Amino acid sequence: MTSPTRDRRATGFFAGFLLVALLIAGGLSYLASGDPDGLDTVTLTGCELSADGEPVAGTCIAQNAGDHALADSPFADYAVGGGEGTVGLAGIVGVVVTLIVAGGIFWLLRSRRPTDEQ
Amino acid sequence: MVLAMHMSDGLVNPPTALAFGAIAVIGLAVASSRARRDLDDRTAPMAGLVTAFVFAVQMINFPILPGASGHLLGGAIVAMLVGPWVGSMCIAIVLVVQALLFADGGLTALGTSIVNMALVGVFVGYAVAFALRGLARRSRRGLIITAFVAGLVNVVVASLGFVLQYAIGGAGGADIGTVLTLMVGLHTLIGIGEGIITAATVGAIAASRPDLVYLLRRPGPPLDVRGRAVSGSTS
Repeated sequence: MTSPTRDRRATGFFAGFLLVALLIAGGLSYLASGDPDGLDTVTLTGCELSADGEPVAGTCIAQNAGDHALADSPFADYAVGGGEGTVGLAGIVGVVVTLIVAGGIFWLLRSRRPTDEQ
Repeated sequence: MVLAMHMSDGLVNPPTALAFGAIAVIGLAVASSRARRDLDDRTAPMAGLVTAFVFAVQMINFPILPGASGHLLGGAIVAMLVGPWVGSMCIAIVLVVQALLFADGGLTALGTSIVNMALVGVFVGYAVAFALRGLARRSRRGLIITAFVAGLVNVVVASLGFVLQYAIGGAGGADIGTVLTLMVGLHTLIGIGEGIITAATVGAIAASRPDLVYLLRRPGPPLDVRGRAVSGSTS
């Protein structure tokens, strides 16, 4: 039912989609705001923050937050080995890993029977 | 700068974390069994790419107020592109990769985060898009309006998930009314950004490959509001 021409078009579209994701994670990520997000803004309300954004005085929800169990892992906090300026590389790793995990799961789950909805 | 965007461990007590962990597991089990019929040789790679795309865009925090930012959740994007069952799995996979590989989002908070963003956010986004499907299928402009509204509503309702969890078992004794007001206020602003990104993404894909947009693909409603298959739908 799917012609070779159509398959080529689909492959081209998928390649373009992946390229966009890689450019966003690998390049645009350098322009991301470093300010706390919506949830963190709420959990930090009531606290004074240190220069690196940790609550140092006052009372707020975030003071109850525990350290991450994997805080010492190689890509923790979207940096490679904790290095400055490595967010783009971490992002590219994340896109590739996410694609492999998600693509693998969805490929295994897919229905093999022919669809008749075209 | 520490880039972190999801709930940490310890914001809710262990019983609450455990209860929402169980809800997340049950929800994802149902989703994975329902997802099968939405996945074929063409939509499975699409779903993998959509997941990777959401991971990428979630990294981009955009400013909403001085000192505060927001980022994509992605619930409406995945719901409109690959459907709610596959879509909830997409967001859950993003959250698991972020927690395990990037130490973003506490491991014991995965259940609460999955319920808020992968289950509530995706299904609310889908419900809005499904309710507006007539508009979405009428014109490109209608699709973009639908995507914007679905994106906005998915973020605001997902943020209410955290408020509920904090009301049930929150740590630190913060006033729940204050938490509610701040969460909804900030996430309405974030939702505008989410709506714009959702509209741009779904609009761009519909422009080149409308056949890869779940919401546009089926002539009839594939699911009723409770998620059961509607008799008479194709395939």
